[in-house]
Amino acid sequence: MAMAIRSFLIFLFIISLTVPTFSLHEDQVGLMDWHQKYIGKVKHAVFQTQKTGRKRVLVSTEENVIASLDLRHGEIFWRHVLGANDAIDGIDTAMTKYAITLSSGGSILRAWNLPDGQMVWECFLQGPSDSKSLLFVPTSSKVDKDNTILVFGKGSLHAVSSIHGEIVWKIDFPSESFEVKEVIQHHDGNMIYVVGFVGSSQFDVYQINAKNGELLKHNSAAIDGGFSGEVSLVSTAKLVVLDAARSTLLTISFQRGEISFQKTYISDLVEDFSGMAVILPSKLTGLFAVKTSTATAFISVSSEGKLEVVDKIMHATFISNALSISEDQQAFALVWHGDNEIHLNVKQVHDWNSDLLKERIKLDQQRGLVHKVFINNYVRTDKSHGFRALIVMEDHSLLLLQQGKVVWSREDGLASIIGVTTSELPVEKEGVSVAKVELNLFEWLKGHMLKVKGSLMLASAEDVAAIQGMRLKSSEKSKMIRDHNGFRKLLIVLTKSGKLFALHTGDGQIVWSLLLNSLRQTEACENPTGINVFQWQVPHHHAMDENPSVLVVGRCGTGTDALGIFSYIDTYTGKELKYFGLDHSVAQVIPLPLTDSTEQRLHLLIDANGQAHLYPRAPEAVSIFQRELSNIYWYSVEADKGLIKGHGLKSNCAGEVADNYCFGTREVWSIVFPSESEKIISTVTRKSNEVVHTQAKVIADQDVMYKYISKNLLFVATVSPKASGDIGSATPGESQLVVYVVDTVTGRILHRMTHQGSQGPVHAVFSENWIVYHYFNLRAHRYEMTVIEIYDQSRADNKDVLKLVLGKHNLSSPISSYSRPEVTTKSQSYYFTHSIKAIAVTSTAKGITSRHLLIGTIGDQVLAMDKRFFDPRRSVNPTQSEKEEGILPLTDSLPIIPQSYVTHSLKVEGLRGIVTVPAKLESNTLVFTYGVDLFFTRLAPSRTYDSLTEDFSYALLLITIVALVVAIFVTWVLSEKKDLSDKWR
Amino acid sequence: MDKGKAVMGSGRRWAVDFTDNSTLPSSRDIPDPPGFSRASQEQDDSAVAKQKKDAEANWKAQKAWEVAQAPFKNLLMMGFMMWMAGNTVHLFSIGITFSALWQPIGALQGVGKVFEPYKDSKVDLLVPKLVFIALNLGGLALGIWKLNTLGLLPTHASDWVSSLPPAKEVEYSRGGFPLL
Repeated sequence: MAMAIRSFLIFLFIISLTVPTFSLHEDQVGLMDWHQKYIGKVKHAVFQTQKTGRKRVLVSTEENVIASLDLRHGEIFWRHVLGANDAIDGIDTAMTKYAITLSSGGSILRAWNLPDGQMVWECFLQGPSDSKSLLFVPTSSKVDKDNTILVFGKGSLHAVSSIHGEIVWKIDFPSESFEVKEVIQHHDGNMIYVVGFVGSSQFDVYQINAKNGELLKHNSAAIDGGFSGEVSLVSTAKLVVLDAARSTLLTISFQRGEISFQKTYISDLVEDFSGMAVILPSKLTGLFAVKTSTATAFISVSSEGKLEVVDKIMHATFISNALSISEDQQAFALVWHGDNEIHLNVKQVHDWNSDLLKERIKLDQQRGLVHKVFINNYVRTDKSHGFRALIVMEDHSLLLLQQGKVVWSREDGLASIIGVTTSELPVEKEGVSVAKVELNLFEWLKGHMLKVKGSLMLASAEDVAAIQGMRLKSSEKSKMIRDHNGFRKLLIVLTKSGKLFALHTGDGQIVWSLLLNSLRQTEACENPTGINVFQWQVPHHHAMDENPSVLVVGRCGTGTDALGIFSYIDTYTGKELKYFGLDHSVAQVIPLPLTDSTEQRLHLLIDANGQAHLYPRAPEAVSIFQRELSNIYWYSVEADKGLIKGHGLKSNCAGEVADNYCFGTREVWSIVFPSESEKIISTVTRKSNEVVHTQAKVIADQDVMYKYISKNLLFVATVSPKASGDIGSATPGESQLVVYVVDTVTGRILHRMTHQGSQGPVHAVFSENWIVYHYFNLRAHRYEMTVIEIYDQSRADNKDVLKLVLGKHNLSSPISSYSRPEVTTKSQSYYFTHSIKAIAVTSTAKGITSRHLLIGTIGDQVLAMDKRFFDPRRSVNPTQSEKEEGILPLTDSLPIIPQSYVTHSLKVEGLRGIVTVPAKLESNTLVFTYGVDLFFTRLAPSRTYDSLTEDFSYALLLITIVALVVAIFVTWVLSEKKDLSDKWR
Repeated sequence: MDKGKAVMGSGRRWAVDFTDNSTLPSSRDIPDPPGFSRASQEQDDSAVAKQKKDAEANWKAQKAWEVAQAPFKNLLMMGFMMWMAGNTVHLFSIGITFSALWQPIGALQGVGKVFEPYKDSKVDLLVPKLVFIALNLGGLALGIWKLNTLGLLPTHASDWVSSLPPAKEVEYSRGGFPLL
């Protein structure tokens, strides 16, 4: 019997050893995760509003997405994310059933089926040189007529059949640098005119037979003024261009291939003209728009080529392309922005004074200026024309305007996130009642009875649905107050457009959004860009009354020497508290582990000259900082020079003006990599806010290994310069990957390892005392992942129990990198199937819970892998005690368990980053994944060991207790009776 | 005699009083049976009483020894149970180990009471008591040894450092590629 118990217990133990998987049940999807789909800033839009079928709009975006949107609600019908290197140059529809996209610099032409988005054909275009590309789909009224699509790309013109995607003919132009500006097809359809420029001073017209691609005629003319490159086609044989000085307009007419010019000075047309002019891109017959520094002038072109200003508008105006509303009528839209209102005018091209539509649309929130407008018409019930306009705003959002209202809007700025941080929600104040109807007792009991039924597998299908609905409804996940477990937080995300969003972790709703004034174009700052968002003030001890705030750092312009921008935003109200331009550039932002009395975090900004600037600019911050000055270092990585430098800080700046908040730096150490054999491709360091529970690792037989835990370690990966290209560009013999672990205080190299025949890209993650990195092994033709663990040898002899009991050890005394601790490393490599896009590690509040690696796979999913798979102490036959410790037997490749995809069936298209945030509950971690899509979920890497699960049935527990108490009483009474009757016997 | 005391002794449920009441005058009313001579008996009376006392003391000493040696059987039993329980920590092994610890402790606390029934001026209870204590201490040691083999005693360095937080670092260093 005891033996049986023993074997059963051993069996149980073995079960507990197997690697836990974290699969979800189907009904748990959406309980703690959310997924949002975006497309990015729209570049082109083509409406599809035929009489039959649902009304849609086909769009292509700057995130290389092609999508078909529902015009009624703005939902995505279908969507394809082309790769990051496959930028879309043009879209159009052909034969009313295909969507045609031209991408990758004019080299890939694809046709998609319009209703469902399936790819019909794909065509690769080759040509002699790289050039701008142009897609021209001739309009045809007949549905099934085989039109040829004309594509200019890679320096030659291709005619592609729209049915099969075969290249019908191809022309290479004699001049290599010929750049096509327009392709014009005459109505008879047999003749094509191709106009363009060679260099900046020669204008060329080619006449081509549309049937066979025969070059019929070629005329060219040189212009002494040169071209700016901006062109507006005003009729089938007339073009307006701007000269290189941007002060003269040239009307070029090329009737039947003959070229003639006409010059007009802009100052003759616009009175107070000075400076530069810009031709707004448009395609209107007989009309074009010129934007000067003061106004936008609309200029009509007569058939003789005479220019005449029709109107001047004093706002920044955007115009749409022409839309033919009837046989001879063309309309276009004018949009400008003022007083938080959008002014939309639809006019006839030939008759300026006819306003087909004049609307003012009020916006509910700040969206900035209008960037693009696309219009479409519909016929109202009274046979008049109605118009709808799709507009793209400065914050990359997409709005559909119709009948003076915003019908729908999409926050597509969220497709291009550049920075993520988190903020706590406000605590629940006393007296503030939670806006939620409390259930009465009966309903509560009923609900729990249903749950009991569910857990006892007695529930019918309706009951299951009721339980699911109840769960979704009763979950308090979207409340606006802090919760006990720390699951509810605000994700503060900064997007490329300079808009800051606060997303609720419960359901992903946008709590507030703010187009940062500091990151908007102004006179002083022409081209502002955001760099990142940091936690600025996290009040928890001293300044409980203050609201938390975040810091957004940006710069004016794109280079590293552009001046910086600072902006503080209150995360509760979503208001910009303060913003200002800096008088220095921003090359590094270093959040320090120091805070002032109001819990503002001290930040050190390193400028391009290597000087350090302290923020906040307050005497208190300086005095706090001065105390730690000698212990603060920073390092810079210069990939092009193959150099890593470490710097210390000096007490004052070298600058001419005395500045208490500026500190000079001195070089402490430098590592120079040999440029002929090594090129830095990746560096990774530990997250500065990572929490580690213990420094000791207990291994089999109660032995101890001491981890070398330092935040000042840097992982560096270098490859041989030949192997720095794509996989396959170098042979295994000439490629090698070298990895280093460097102490960034002293510059000491703790570990160096060479992988022969391997190459990048390297994706790495550094946590506690270990690093896991991913690279390609050319010899094995497979991806590999390697783990390095670093242990402190100088502490290894702290094993005397008596000394430890009495506290006579040096394990908790502060350590310095200058003491040069002895370290040992352990390392092991495994094959891995996927190529990956991003890698991260889970982080928890106390660092007790075991860690999981989160791997963003090439299929845009996130795979969670237990760190136990990456344990350098794995061996083929682990001993009994090693098995008890949880060491898995060594396998040459890492297993991919389908259930451990945290994104389950969803895809985070265009995945770019994974952010993990600890919850207050130790066992849980919050995972936010972003790309074109957003995905958020909550993980428990070692399962929820510190709380009952949400669907725990308290009623079942209660019922069990009551039943047991009743049973005890009943049996007691019965036994008393029996005793009594025994005594009477 | 006193019934309760005997019960408290070592599991004796009943007792027979062998003292002779026949010498009492009241019983003299009944004539002795023919051929019975009372004289010889009365003459040996004191000797008989002494003999009886000796027998009782002997019996008490013997019983005390029995009681003192009882934990030995227990010890063997415990050892067997522990072997059966194995060396992994689970409910069964923990239960056995703790009962192995509690039993000797409980017995040691009640040492005086266990030997009370055998208290006698003529019986030397010290040695049985010492044996009893030694055997129970042996049981206790066995329990502790078992506890140690289960790894529940903090006798390794790992037990003292496993939750030691990482040491603070003096220096702080950050940086990386220039931000783009």
